[in-house]
Amino acid sequence: MLNHRFLCRNEDLKEMLESNKESLKLEAMKRIVGLIAKGKNASELFPAVVKNVASKNIELKKLVYVYLVRYAEEQQDLALLSISTFQRALKDPNQLIRASALRVLSSIRVPIIVPIMMLAIKEAATDLSPYVRKTAAHAIQKLYSLDPDQKEHLIEVIEKLLKDKSTLVAGSVVMAFEEVCPDRIDLIHKNYRKLCNLLVDVEEWGQVVIIHMLTRYARTQFVSPWREDAMFDENNEKAFYDSEEERKVEQTKPYIMDPDHRLLLRNTKPLLQSRNTAVVMAVSQLYWHLAPKHELSIITKSLVRLLRSHREVQYVVLQNIATMSIQRKGMFEPFMKSFYVRSTDATHIKTLKLEILTNLANEANISTILREFQTYVKSQDKAFAAATIQAIGRCATNISEVTDTCLNGLVLLLSNRDETVVAESVVVIKKLLQTQPSQHSDIIKHMAKLFDNITVPMARASILWLMGEYCEHVPKIAPDVLRKMAKTFTNEEDIVKLQIVNLAAKLYLTNSKQTKLLTQYILNLGKYDQNYDIRDRTRFIRQLIVPNEKSGALSKYARRILMAPKPAPVLQSAFKDRDRFQLGTLSHTLNSQASGYLELSDWPAVAPDQSVRNVEVVEPAGAPALRKSKTAKSNEKFYSDSEEEEEEEEEGSSSEESVSESESEENSDDSNKSSSSQSEKSSSESDSEKKKKTLKNKKLQQQKPDILIITYLPPQIMQKTLLLIIMTKYILIHIVLSISTQFFVNCMCSLLHLCVFLACQFDVVSWHVHVSLQASSPVFVPETSHELLHRMTGKGLSAQYRFTRQPCIYGNSMVSLQLTLSNSSDQALENIHISEKSSTGQNIHRFNAIERLEPQASVTVSMGVDFNDSTQAANFQLCTKEDEFSVSIQPAVGELLLPITMSEADFTKEQEHRAG
Amino acid sequence: MLAAAKMIHSLFLVNASGDIFLEKHWKSVVSRSVCDYFFEALERATEPENVPPVIPTPHHFLINVLRHRIYFVAVIQSEVPPLFVIEFLHRVVDTFQDYFGVCSEAAIKDNVVVVYELLEEMLDNGFPLATESNILKELIKPPTILRTVVNTITGSTNVGEQLPTGQLSVVPWRRTGVKYTNNEAYFDVVEEIDAIIDKSGSTITAEIQGVIDACVKLTGMPDLTLSFMNPRLLDDVSFHPCVRFKRWEAERILSFIPPDGNFRLLSYHVSSQNLVAIPVYVKHNISFREGSSQGRFELTLGPKQTMGKAVESVLVSSQLPRGVLNANLSPSQGTYTFDPVTKLLSWDVGKINPQKLPSLKGSVSLQTGASKPDENPTINIQFKIQQLAISGLKVNRLDMYGEKYKPFKGIKYMTKAGKFQVRT
Repeated sequence: MLNHRFLCRNEDLKEMLESNKESLKLEAMKRIVGLIAKGKNASELFPAVVKNVASKNIELKKLVYVYLVRYAEEQQDLALLSISTFQRALKDPNQLIRASALRVLSSIRVPIIVPIMMLAIKEAATDLSPYVRKTAAHAIQKLYSLDPDQKEHLIEVIEKLLKDKSTLVAGSVVMAFEEVCPDRIDLIHKNYRKLCNLLVDVEEWGQVVIIHMLTRYARTQFVSPWREDAMFDENNEKAFYDSEEERKVEQTKPYIMDPDHRLLLRNTKPLLQSRNTAVVMAVSQLYWHLAPKHELSIITKSLVRLLRSHREVQYVVLQNIATMSIQRKGMFEPFMKSFYVRSTDATHIKTLKLEILTNLANEANISTILREFQTYVKSQDKAFAAATIQAIGRCATNISEVTDTCLNGLVLLLSNRDETVVAESVVVIKKLLQTQPSQHSDIIKHMAKLFDNITVPMARASILWLMGEYCEHVPKIAPDVLRKMAKTFTNEEDIVKLQIVNLAAKLYLTNSKQTKLLTQYILNLGKYDQNYDIRDRTRFIRQLIVPNEKSGALSKYARRILMAPKPAPVLQSAFKDRDRFQLGTLSHTLNSQASGYLELSDWPAVAPDQSVRNVEVVEPAGAPALRKSKTAKSNEKFYSDSEEEEEEEEEGSSSEESVSESESEENSDDSNKSSSSQSEKSSSESDSEKKKKTLKNKKLQQQKPDILIITYLPPQIMQKTLLLIIMTKYILIHIVLSISTQFFVNCMCSLLHLCVFLACQFDVVSWHVHVSLQASSPVFVPETSHELLHRMTGKGLSAQYRFTRQPCIYGNSMVSLQLTLSNSSDQALENIHISEKSSTGQNIHRFNAIERLEPQASVTVSMGVDFNDSTQAANFQLCTKEDEFSVSIQPAVGELLLPITMSEADFTKEQEHRAG
Repeated sequence: MLAAAKMIHSLFLVNASGDIFLEKHWKSVVSRSVCDYFFEALERATEPENVPPVIPTPHHFLINVLRHRIYFVAVIQSEVPPLFVIEFLHRVVDTFQDYFGVCSEAAIKDNVVVVYELLEEMLDNGFPLATESNILKELIKPPTILRTVVNTITGSTNVGEQLPTGQLSVVPWRRTGVKYTNNEAYFDVVEEIDAIIDKSGSTITAEIQGVIDACVKLTGMPDLTLSFMNPRLLDDVSFHPCVRFKRWEAERILSFIPPDGNFRLLSYHVSSQNLVAIPVYVKHNISFREGSSQGRFELTLGPKQTMGKAVESVLVSSQLPRGVLNANLSPSQGTYTFDPVTKLLSWDVGKINPQKLPSLKGSVSLQTGASKPDENPTINIQFKIQQLAISGLKVNRLDMYGEKYKPFKGIKYMTKAGKFQVRT
């Protein structure tokens, strides 16, 4: 019924569109736009609507444009009917009409019109009207996303438009540059000074884009202004990449800022007064990444001003301030009161303010901050109260003068009525006690007394851990607690059970007389527990502590393993490593790399030629490339072996893309990144070179002792290595796995075993497995193809398909496939294509029809299939001129997955969700 | 590798009950199922404001702003400065408000065609094109009742045929050919006090921020200058793009060619060295006793440093603890309401009479068995004081150059409470 009415309405609309009256047509179009806005499908009306594209009525025309842009992709053939109208409009004397024709033409995502679009863009780029040229700059990006093969031609247009002196064009063309060829820094040289000078007059949105681009540019072209600031250099690990001699040279030469560097800083400064928060943030990040440290303070006021803006703006700005305040407390300390929490703030704003206040805490202001925190602890927002307790814990470890005050305050909170507050206090107290346990046995006793009333599992587990760890300080209470726990074991949560087993083991070792039977009872309960973690742990503990003939040498060391002194946990800001991302970016906000994120390169050690920015001098075309490879060389000292030289030779001759890619990877100070780039290399290397790699890894280990990198180690060796770490008492173990897929499964198994083992050693082990699989580079691509169509059934045509494991260019949700078609008959096959009709629901991106395939010839084409995340086979028709063959592709589950890199926090979070 | 298209891909408008009531795509269509991730976050959030502004999903990123109880959810595919999107979304809301008077679901639905035309002009391929209200109004005329009637009869349109001249000129914010019979320029200096007052009545933090909003209806291309008696008070300023920054740096004079109509000329922050006058004080006695189901609640308001001006439109609100069941209070003036569900107490006081101070007294009842709340509620106060800029900022002169006529000029001052909180 509903459907019927809908059809009727469509009929009405069609009639209205076909009438002679303008007003009726307009009314119909308005209704149709209403349908589109609601997300209803109005594609059926396409033929009736497209007829009105040439209408004289400008509003009607605009609404038709809206419709066209929305549905052209679905109705490509019909959309082509409108193209000639736009081509005519492109020549219209009215610039508004020319511009809007280009806008719509370039928004119609129909691959066939790519050449027409290209022509139109080239023409519009030389239009007299800057407004039309601006539209051309926008169209560049649209064409590029429709057909990336046009890249080279589009770069030519970008190069032309970059020279444009209109403020209207500048922002849009830089946007196109960032999208199409962000690595072609050489295109900017000649326009650098012009862009700096135009900047103040460019519209605000363009300013943001230009400032971000110039930040990247400056980091490749100027030397670091931070040289005197030795502290910062160390943090930055720059020393790691620079060789010794270079540093000496640097120190002897006094630093003079490049006038172009100064120009950028000077011309962006007034924009701190912009009303647009995005502009202010962009300038702030530019100063943060480019300005000498003593000039940074000017951005503080502006950032604090942004805090009075909307909630969402506050959120982003506070995140950036949180990152800044870790490195430079002094910047924001005078504005501490601006970060005081109001009861009306949203929870995420509150926690960010808390984070900043904690970062700003020092000996001088800690009493003020703690007084403020006291108010927060009482907040009705319990999540916030819990976060405050953690903040107090961080202040207590960072500022030793107040450790005792904080600890006493936290003990008082243990009698709070709210469970989350008590639980959080227990956890924080546990961490604080680890720093000085002997003086606080009374606090441990106090907590043991409270134990019965605490129900939050994490808090119970923490108290049990404290009992076990410091059982010698509370020799009477600990066995009693164990006795109680033996009774309630079966009703406890898993984390509590694990700690009960631990407590039992530790007491068995220190006080076996009293607890032997209890321990055995608990181990028996654990043996039959439903959770495999607990069963594993129990089994392991039994082997370790109860000596028998099988247990071998290990049980001799049981006491040394379980009771090893453990270093106190370091309470750190969650924003500590956020500075690996450029401030103000989406990646920084999310703390994970978003696609399309362009890494900020390190300062070059030696400034590239300054004269490239001189506009008068005309240089030979090859010059920039040579210069770039020079900088790359100076930064790559670390990898100074034969392969690097080969690379350089390549760089000299090949395109610049590859140069800057390798440069950016290797310049990056992020250790994960560099190790992953290493692994990419290593996977392509032969066995003989493995040794060299391991050596390098050792070097890395020396540099960063808390990160262990295991590359290409067979499981036995890995186990030994891990054992070694146990002996050397590492609490934090980052295991970076850079291994190929064949190895992967084996290694993961042994790793898991090891981790169980490790978890027993250290009750607070946080372990991370950084699997360096990145979406862009699959570690292993199978060469095997599957048969799609046999040559017998295909009457000579045979087809094979293969999963390329590359991100599909046709759509995000599509899986990329490579199809090899060969003709084994004795006559040419014509017009090979996939039929429009797809029997199953999958969305298929077809390959372009192959006009002719000669006998014995074969051709490889790529296609994309959206399997809708299911393993259901995609059925479709493979057609030739004469025949149709039904074929089907069945994906394996693995082929539907996209490898991703995730941060350790995400990993542990995900892992928790999936705990068996 | 194909670079993912940058900037804003699509926009979804979601109302308070979680329905998508409008969608607009600037590139290929993104299925509205992407909003499921937003709805998940919405469900998790205890308060509407607690939804995180940036939500990552497997293929997209959702950046949302909440205004007028509507979520504006933008779909992003790759790296873009989040503030860029947030700022743009707020501009969209401002534009809707400017066009339709209010930005509500009903207004947007009624004007869906204009909304679509606006969105089409504001973004091209996801990149902001025209966001300046003066330019937009030349491209798409705001709906008025008269025009709607005329349009239906004559079939004429809302859409301009010519490229707005502003787009190309050096003053893109002003349209040309402006004509008025009465030439007027009004400026409102509005200051807000943000403060946190502690239990004992002493000030923990207090700041003044202000704005100068203008309504300029002047013929032709007027060039205005505005100077202050005490420009040193202004510590940190942000300008409308029309203000000449160099002139301000050198002479502390605001020199500008104004946009036509309403606009915000300047926002400022008063330097923190100056002591902030606090115009009201609160005497409070709120207590809950252990074991008793009754609590005492007493509030009295009084004027403090008001420079002899009356404190008006006073509104007191407070989020009472969760354990509170009901409130039985009697105000000496004005009316009060208590919502037993949200536990929000609000008291519309009106004007404070210094001779007879307004008070709100009575008892609150706690849920039986509920324990004594840990914390006393925070009290939020709103007020207005006419004809006073609390910082003492004064406009000295307003001059016009470039045109011959004599305009009518007016300056108004006002002080308001910003985020003014009293902890009890």
